[in-house]
Amino acid sequence: MRRRLITTAAVVGLLIGSVSLFAHHGNAEFDIGKRVTVKGTVTRWSWSNPHCFLTFDVNGDNGAVVHWVVETQPPRSVTAGGFSQYTFKPGDEVTVTLEPVKNGRPLGRMLEVVLPNGKKMVTGHLD
Amino acid sequence: MPKRFVAPIISLIGVSIFGPVITPAQDVPRQPGAVYDFDRPDEKPAPAPKHDISGVWEPAKGPGAGLQGKGALSMGSCEYKVPGVPYSGYAYDAKAPVPDCLKPAQEPPYTALGRKTLLSHIPTEGYRMVASALTNDPVPACNPQGFPRIVLHDFRTSRIIQTPTNVVILYEFNKKWRAIWTDGRELPKNPEEPTWGEPDPPESRWWGYSVGKWEDDYTFVADSNGFDDRTWLDNAGLPHGDALHVEERYRRVDRDHLEMTITIHDPQMYTKPWVALDKLRLRLQAASLDIPEEECVPLETEEYNKEFAKPAASAGKAKQP
Repeated sequence: MRRRLITTAAVVGLLIGSVSLFAHHGNAEFDIGKRVTVKGTVTRWSWSNPHCFLTFDVNGDNGAVVHWVVETQPPRSVTAGGFSQYTFKPGDEVTVTLEPVKNGRPLGRMLEVVLPNGKKMVTGHLD
Repeated sequence: MPKRFVAPIISLIGVSIFGPVITPAQDVPRQPGAVYDFDRPDEKPAPAPKHDISGVWEPAKGPGAGLQGKGALSMGSCEYKVPGVPYSGYAYDAKAPVPDCLKPAQEPPYTALGRKTLLSHIPTEGYRMVASALTNDPVPACNPQGFPRIVLHDFRTSRIIQTPTNVVILYEFNKKWRAIWTDGRELPKNPEEPTWGEPDPPESRWWGYSVGKWEDDYTFVADSNGFDDRTWLDNAGLPHGDALHVEERYRRVDRDHLEMTITIHDPQMYTKPWVALDKLRLRLQAASLDIPEEECVPLETEEYNKEFAKPAASAGKAKQP
């Protein structure tokens, strides 16, 4: 039984991890293939459709604060990766790896996030 | 304690402990915390029951297997990775003039009006996609998705219920549902001014009028017409007119699997019928599975557009580190 459970978990994990879930829109906004990793303080976690989004402030080199907004997939999809309505709270220190938009604004879609407790979580965009 | 109570109590304790792990309906192990069952290579499902497509169904290959982001017809043709870029998944090569993986495997047979209508649609998916703030797709603003788009973009968990007079399908997205009549009635004779007949006044419908019957012991076929032509066929902007007729075919392959095929008949927009969804394989889920909510909420959409979609689509000023 244990072996079957492990096999099942592996298969399910592979299936969930290998599919990009584009429930609402495609890739037109994004600079495909580019990666940005930033560390910041959570200001808001919106658990909503068509996309959940996380906002956080990052202290820039010159002392200016950059306010980032990164979307994820909708609740229905990110729950497969372990996210919930309560994954983030304001004040959390997080490290976010994201795919930025093309126009240079501090916007993107979340690929990975490291929570304050060191736990790394990935979204459905990841392979 | 009387002995006759011991076995039932032990059984109850067992069910309480293992209930969340063992799928009651199918007696197969599930990953603790996982919601869905997907196909496994060593399975040998039991034979299909006759005249029965009821149950909770999900794409057998897992979430996303029902995606047709590039447009109907093109399912499964976009498995492409950007060379040397980890995590690119099904992303496309932005340097290519037209992303190959986003082209439909074959183009639907448009009439002149069909192609003209297609070009008037500005979609967020497919090879003509734009940023979501620039689309004229009615769905992101929470307008009705309608049928068949509900199954031609991203088929999600659905529950099929059979009654003596209907096959009812409950769709996850926006908690929508359709009733396919099996009481022997005929489709509206005039799909452009559809009605079931007196005393119902004629009206076109977002979800159409549907009737169905068993073609054989394992195949249920439904036909639908009387659609409101303001809906699109899919997320890539494929059009339909008010003469649209949809054939919907469900084949129960075995106990655990159902194949869904959708064929489009629309002489206004297409020169001949074409298959928009070809044998999408669905897997029966546990009867106890609770289908999650996925509502299009105007207030949330407005907030998302303000925070993300509109600034993402604007010319912008470089502020990223």
